[in-house]
Order: sequence, then C-alpha cells, then structure tokens
Amino acid sequence: MHACMTLDRLLPGCFALVEEVQAQGITRRRLLDLGLVPGTIIQAIHRSPLGDPTAYQIRGAIIALRQEDTLQIRIIPFEGT
Amino acid sequence: MSQNHPLSSLLRQSQNISGLEPAKATDSIVQSIYHTAQKIARETVQMPGSRIQNLDRRLDNIFLSRIWGYPVMLILLTMILWITIIGANYPSSWLASGLFWLEERLTQGLQFLDAAAWVHGFFIEGVYRSVAWVISVMLPPMAIFFPLFTLLEDAGYLPRVAFNLDYFFKKAGAHGKQALTMCMGFGCNAAAIVSCRIIDSPRERLIAALTNNFTPCNGRFPTLIAMATLFIGGSSLVLGTQLMATLTVAGFILLGIILTFVLSYFLSRTLLKGEPSSFILELPPYRSPRIGQVIIRSVMDRTLFVLARAIIVAAPAGAITWILANTYIDGTSLLSSFAAFLHPFASHMGLDGFILMAFILGLPANEIVLPILIMAYVSGGSMMELESLGDLRQLFVVEHGWTWLTGICFMLFTVCHWPCGTTLYTLQKEQKNAYWTFMAFLLPTCTGILLCVSVNYLVQFMHLL
Repeated sequence: MHACMTLDRLLPGCFALVEEVQAQGITRRRLLDLGLVPGTIIQAIHRSPLGDPTAYQIRGAIIALRQEDTLQIRIIPFEGT
Repeated sequence: MSQNHPLSSLLRQSQNISGLEPAKATDSIVQSIYHTAQKIARETVQMPGSRIQNLDRRLDNIFLSRIWGYPVMLILLTMILWITIIGANYPSSWLASGLFWLEERLTQGLQFLDAAAWVHGFFIEGVYRSVAWVISVMLPPMAIFFPLFTLLEDAGYLPRVAFNLDYFFKKAGAHGKQALTMCMGFGCNAAAIVSCRIIDSPRERLIAALTNNFTPCNGRFPTLIAMATLFIGGSSLVLGTQLMATLTVAGFILLGIILTFVLSYFLSRTLLKGEPSSFILELPPYRSPRIGQVIIRSVMDRTLFVLARAIIVAAPAGAITWILANTYIDGTSLLSSFAAFLHPFASHMGLDGFILMAFILGLPANEIVLPILIMAYVSGGSMMELESLGDLRQLFVVEHGWTWLTGICFMLFTVCHWPCGTTLYTLQKEQKNAYWTFMAFLLPTCTGILLCVSVNYLVQFMHLL
C-alpha cells in the first residue's frame, strides 16, 4: 500500500481509498454529502482541458471537483479495481 | 446545522451519549448512513453491465479532451446556428408573404367598410404589421434553435460545457455553474436569472446574474441572424455565404461569452470582491434524447411562451410607434424629432438616431427592436412591401445609408445593451436590491457604448470604409 497523499495528485484512471476529509465548514458538509466518508473508493476519471477541475467516480456518480477542494482530501491510492 | 433545526436537539443528545465533539458526531452519523446504504445496496441492487459506462467514458474522452474539448463545443454551437439559419430562411419568407397577403385582405376589408384612414393606420400599419414582423422574423429561428438546444440539454452535454469552462470561471473569480446559467441565457435571460439560484454563494450568484445579459437570448439572436444574412449572406442560398453568416453570428456569441468572463473578472475584483467558493458538479450519464418529447416541450413550453410574450409586447409597441410616427408638431413627426435628438450621440456609436430609438422603445422585449426600426423607417418614407430580407436590404442600405459598419455596430449593441424589461423585473424580484438592478442595466450598456464607439472610430481612423 502506498503512502498517504492528497486527492488532487491521483492520476486519471487510478483508484484510492478516502482517508480523511480535511475541508471545513460548508465545503466539508458538501463533500460528506457526496459520500466522501473515510473508506470510500474513489477513482479519478478525467482532467478538464486546462487541467482543473477533475472528474471523479464516487459511489457510481461522476463528480467534478476543483483543486482547492481536492487538496483537502487525504487518500490512500491502491492498484486494480 | 442551525440551533433551531428540529434535529439539532437530537444531535446534541447524540453528542452527550457518544462523548464525541460536535464535528466528529456529525461525521460519524454521515459515515454510518453511508455504510448502511452501501450494505443495503450491495445486497439488493444489481449493477448493469459496464458497457454503457464504457461508452460514456469514450464519449467523455472526446467531449472533455484536452485537444477536442473546446473545438467540439465551437463546432456544436456553429452547427446549431447553421441549421437554424438555413432552416429559418424558407419558413420566414413563407410566413412573411402569408401575413402580408392577409394584410392586403384586411386593408380591402377596411376599405369596404369605409373605415377612417387612421383606423387603417393604427390597426394595420401599427399593430398588425409589428406583430406580423415579430412572427415572421422571430418564430422560425426560435422554433428551430430551441429544440436543437434542448436536445443537447437532454443528452447531458451542458454539464460537460460547465466542466470544460470552469477553469475560466475560476480565474474570473466566479462559479463554474455560471456556464449553465449562461447557456440558459440563450433561451431567455429572465429565465436564466432565476436559474442563477443553482449557485449557492450569493456573491457568485450575483456575478452570474449581472453578466447574464451578454448571452444573446432568443429575442436577440434572430436579429443577429437577420443582420448577418443581410450584410454577409445576402438573400442568396449559396453555401459559402451562409457559412460566413453563421460564423459571424457565432463570432458575436463568442464575443458575448468572452465579455462574460471579462466582466465577471472585473466584478470579482471591484464591486463583488471575494474568493471563489467550492465547486461540486455532477456529470450525469449521457442519455439518448427523447426526440418527440424534446420537440413538444421546447415548442410548447419555450417557443410559444416566448412568442406569445413578444406578441403581447409587440402589439402595443407597434401602436405607440405608429402614433409617434403620425403625430406631427411643426411639420415633423414625434418619431423623427426623437430620432433627430438621439442622432448626434448615436452617430458616434456608428448607428443612427432611429436605431438607438428602436433599442430604447424595445426595452419591453428585444424581439421588437427590429420591427420598431422597420416601422420607424417605413412610416417616415415611402410605403413598401417588406416580404423578404432583400426588401429589408433595400430599406436599410439604399434608403437609409447603412454600411457594413452600421451592421456591425448594430450587432454589437444587440449583444451588449440594457437587459429587457422582463429581465430587469426578474432581477429586482430575485435580489430585491435596486442598486444591483441598476448595475445590471448600466454594465452591459456602458460596455456596448464603449465597444460601438471604439469600433466606429477605429474603422474610420484606419480608413477601412
């Protein structure tokens, strides 16, 4: 298992487990509402043409997040599906 | 969660029992909800094959790609406009000939009844003609554009546009969902201002609302199409000229989008300072659009609604214009005096007094700017049958000395001038703040005047004309 890192560094196509959501306030609330609770599997899907935002697969839905927000989500990457 | 929320007492109890700090307690509640949901889903829900998902990813690989993302957006926009321009040509002239045939019959009817001249003037030349113009110029492009646009909406493409454009909106200090409200603006700016509610941050919502008018709505782009066809396409149906007319309209729409970014940037650095808030956008799965439903929905809900509103406004506006054109003081009609008063200012903008007056009288709805202008021109000079864009060309270019510069300035001012009355009213209702409503009026108007004056003097200075 790889070392812990932030979600913005997850390359498209790669999978990870959410470890911790560090955002606070309304942003934290929104991210939790999406189901980004510790232990959730997340996959990076697409970067937008200019590199930000990035689309992620979260619990079967495709969700786009900006880098400011993904910087505050700590993940543990893993191989395979 | 607010203190008064019915659940907040429950939350406090749970904190007491679990001994966790408030934030942790909320987290563990959300976590357990999701774990339970996951467990239930795993036991009961069968996931469909991954074939559809793979197709979605393949489509996204094109629509969201670094290379193809933006070109595909531009191509789709141009294609929709092209189909609209080509498709609107014939029905427009059929409607015009039909409605003017009816006008002749009505005129004969009034003559038979021995009606007074002013009755004919007021009802036929004023009310009937402006309504006829609104229908024949506006209806065909709307009836083609709306369904095409709804198809894109239904297919799930619009959130992808927001995804592709978010980077620019972030740089401008605005919200990515502004791309969606901007797209709504193609339909109707007033509706788009209501749709700004999808943006949570009040600052970003206001930026989206104030800049929405730079997207030419359905009441304005038929005017753009008519102008582009008039000055570039002519009335010929040659492929090349039609393509040029399409690209011109696309260019003006692009200019509107660029101005949206520039003004959003300006607002978020001056009047509406602040940091961009978080952006979370779902990219829904692609669906094959339900074509029948799309056509019915867009024709019934949108086209007919917008057209009905335009006609309701056009009839009294036509009547007022006719009265102004036929009330004489010292041998000059009120309309001509008003136009003459505006003319010195308008000529700096590359327009003439009548054009600026048409924009002012068109405040209730943008659909009626062109009909008012035509009526103002026609009632001043010789009466003529206006059955096609060729006749319009004759009226504008030969009788009133329009050049291609007049055409460009007219189109520029069509894209950037005050929002229509309905849009201003809606903004006032949404924001409940007269200051911002006034800013929504001032911002595009100043931009438009500045652009028109610069283009006019630049062209004259460089002796391009």
